[in-house]
Amino acid sequence: MNHTRRNFLKFAGLTAAGLCVASAGGALAVSGAGSKIKDGDKALNAKRWGMVIDTKKVGTKESIDVLAKACHAAHNVPDIPGKQNVKWIWADSFEHAFDQPNNYMDEGLEKREFALLCNHCTNAPCVRVCPTQATYKRADGIVAMDYHRCIGCRYCMAGCPFGARSFNFMEPRLHLDLAKLNKEFPTRMRGVVEKCNFCVDRLAHGKQPACAEASNGAVVFGDLADPASEVRKLLREHYTIRRKPALGTEPGVYYII
Amino acid sequence: MLEKALKGSPKYYIWVGFLLLVILGASGIYLMQLMQGLTITGMSRDVSWGFYIAQFTYLVGLAASGVMIVLPYYFHNYKKFKDLVIFGEFMAIGAVVMCLGFIVVDIGQPQRMLNVMLYPTPNSILFWDMVVLNGYLLLNVVVGWTCLEADRQGLPHPKWSKTLAYVSIVWAFSIHTVTAFLYQGLPGRHYWLTAILAARFLASAFCSGPAILLLVIMLTQKVTTFKANVEGVATLAKIITYAMVVNVFFFLLEVFTAFYSGIPGHTHSIVYLFKGVHGHHELVPFMWTAAVLAITSLALLIPPRLRDNIKLLPWSLAILVIATWIDKGLGLLIGGFNPTPFETIAPYWPTGKELIISAMIYAIGALVVTILFKVATEVKQETGASQKPIAQAD
Repeated sequence: MNHTRRNFLKFAGLTAAGLCVASAGGALAVSGAGSKIKDGDKALNAKRWGMVIDTKKVGTKESIDVLAKACHAAHNVPDIPGKQNVKWIWADSFEHAFDQPNNYMDEGLEKREFALLCNHCTNAPCVRVCPTQATYKRADGIVAMDYHRCIGCRYCMAGCPFGARSFNFMEPRLHLDLAKLNKEFPTRMRGVVEKCNFCVDRLAHGKQPACAEASNGAVVFGDLADPASEVRKLLREHYTIRRKPALGTEPGVYYII
Repeated sequence: MLEKALKGSPKYYIWVGFLLLVILGASGIYLMQLMQGLTITGMSRDVSWGFYIAQFTYLVGLAASGVMIVLPYYFHNYKKFKDLVIFGEFMAIGAVVMCLGFIVVDIGQPQRMLNVMLYPTPNSILFWDMVVLNGYLLLNVVVGWTCLEADRQGLPHPKWSKTLAYVSIVWAFSIHTVTAFLYQGLPGRHYWLTAILAARFLASAFCSGPAILLLVIMLTQKVTTFKANVEGVATLAKIITYAMVVNVFFFLLEVFTAFYSGIPGHTHSIVYLFKGVHGHHELVPFMWTAAVLAITSLALLIPPRLRDNIKLLPWSLAILVIATWIDKGLGLLIGGFNPTPFETIAPYWPTGKELIISAMIYAIGALVVTILFKVATEVKQETGASQKPIAQAD
C-alpha cells in the first residue's frame, strides 16, 4: 500500500515538474528573439528619431491644443477632467517647462507656451526602472510601451523627470467618444501607464507623427543621426534648448527659442 | 505548533474575530478598487504614489527591526536577547506580509503581478526589492519556525539555522537599502536624490522598528505569561535611542546641505513640507508635529533615568513611532513628488477608501503577528522559559 502510494506521489511530482518546465520553456520562447516586429513596405526608419519644435511658430495655448487634439484623437487618449487626467502632449509655460528661471525675461518668452511631451530620452529613467520591460527602448531611439505587460506599478512615473507619463486611474473608455475611436490604435484598460509613443504606429505606415502633421511645419520630426535630415538642418540654423539637460537623460525633443 | 493558535482565551478569540471582521469588511472596498481602479484613491498624475507605498516603505523598516535583536544575539553572543529573538523574527514575517500587501493593493493590474518574475529585469530596483523582500520572508519563516520547534522539543538549534540566521542579518540591511534605492536613484526627484537616503532609511528603521516591536512585546507581557528579560529590554531601549539620535542627525545633514548651498532643488521640498509654498501648507502642521515629537522622544530616551523608567518607556516609544511615521509614512512620499517636475505643488491626501484598504493590510499583518506571537508565547509557557513568577502570573 505504502509502496504504491510512494510510486504514485513520485509520478505526480515528476508530472508536475515536467509541466512547469514545459510552460516555462513556452514563456521563454515567446519572450525570445522570435518576436521581432516586422516593418511595413512604406515604414519610415531612422537611427535616432528626434523632434524639433519651433516655439516661435507654435507658442500659444490654442496652437498647441491643435496638436494635442490631433495626437489624442489618433491614439484614443481619453479626456478626463481633474488631476487624474491622461495627456500625451500639452502646453505649459517657460518657467514650468525649463529649469532655468529668469526674473527679467522678455515678455514674449514669458507669455509663450511650450508643447511638452515625452522626450524619448537616450538614457530614459523610465526604461531603467520598469520591472517588467513593459517600457522599453527601441533601436530607433523611441521609448515604447507594451500596455499588455504593464502591471501599473507607476515606478516609471516616479522615474520620469519630465512628468510625461499618465496612469489610467479609471476605465479610459468611459471618457472617450466611442463613435469617434481610431480603430487603427488600441484603447487602453484601467490600471496601466501610457505616454507619447512618437507615433510608432504611424511611422510603421510611412506617416509622420500626428502632431507634426497638424503643426504646419512648426514641429519637425526626423533622424537626429542623419546630418542631412531636416531636424539636423534646423538644429544647425537655430538656437535650441532641451528640458533639464543636467539630468543626463539626453532628451530627443529640441525647442527653438 | 500552529494548533496552539486555535485555542485561547475569550479575549484572544474576540481580538482575532475583530481582525477578521476588519479584513472582511475592508476587502469589500478593495473589491471596489479592483473594479473601478485606483481612481478611488487620492493619487493623481503628479503624486502617483501615495499612502500605500508610504506604508510599504515604513513597514520595510519594521521588517528590518528584528535584526537589532538578532545581530547582538548571534554576532556578539548577547544572551539577554535570547527570549526576544523569536519575536523579532516573527514580527519581521508580519511586517513583510504587510509590505507585500501594500504593493499588491497599489498596483493597477495586480493579476499581472507575476510579470515581475516572468520577465526578470535586473536593471529595475523594484525587481531586486521583490527578491530581497521575499527572501527575507522565507529566511525568517524557516529560521524562526525551526528554532521554535527545536526549543519546544528541548533540542539544540540545528547548525544550518545558525548559518541562515547570519545570512538573515546581512539580508535585513539589504531590504532597507534596496527600498531606499527605489527612491534615491531617480534623477528628477530632489528630495530622494541623496546618497544619505539609504542611511536615513536604516537609521529610522532601527529606531522605529524595534520601538514598535518593544511596544508589542510589552503588550504581549500584559496578556500572556511571558516575561522578557528586564536587562534585555533596557538594552533594546538603548539601541533604539542611539538609532533615533543618528536618524535625527542624518536629517539635519540634509537640512544643512540644502540650506547652506541654497540650491533650489535641494531646498524646495523641505520648504514645502515645513513652511509651505505657493499657498500650500497641507503638511506643515504634520511635519512640525514630527519635529517636536522627535525631539521629545530623544529628551525622554537619552537620560538613563527616564529611559529605564518602565512606566514611561512605552510613552517615549509611542512618541518616537509617531514622529518617524510622519517623516516616512507621510512626508517622504508627498515631499518627494512636490514640487512636481513643473515646479508646481500638487496636494495629496488619502481618501477614506484608501485608508480603509490600508486598514485591511494592517489588520492582516496584525493577525499574522497575533498568531505567531501566540504560538511563540505558548511554546515558552510549555517549556517554562522566560515566564512571570507564578505569584504574578494570574
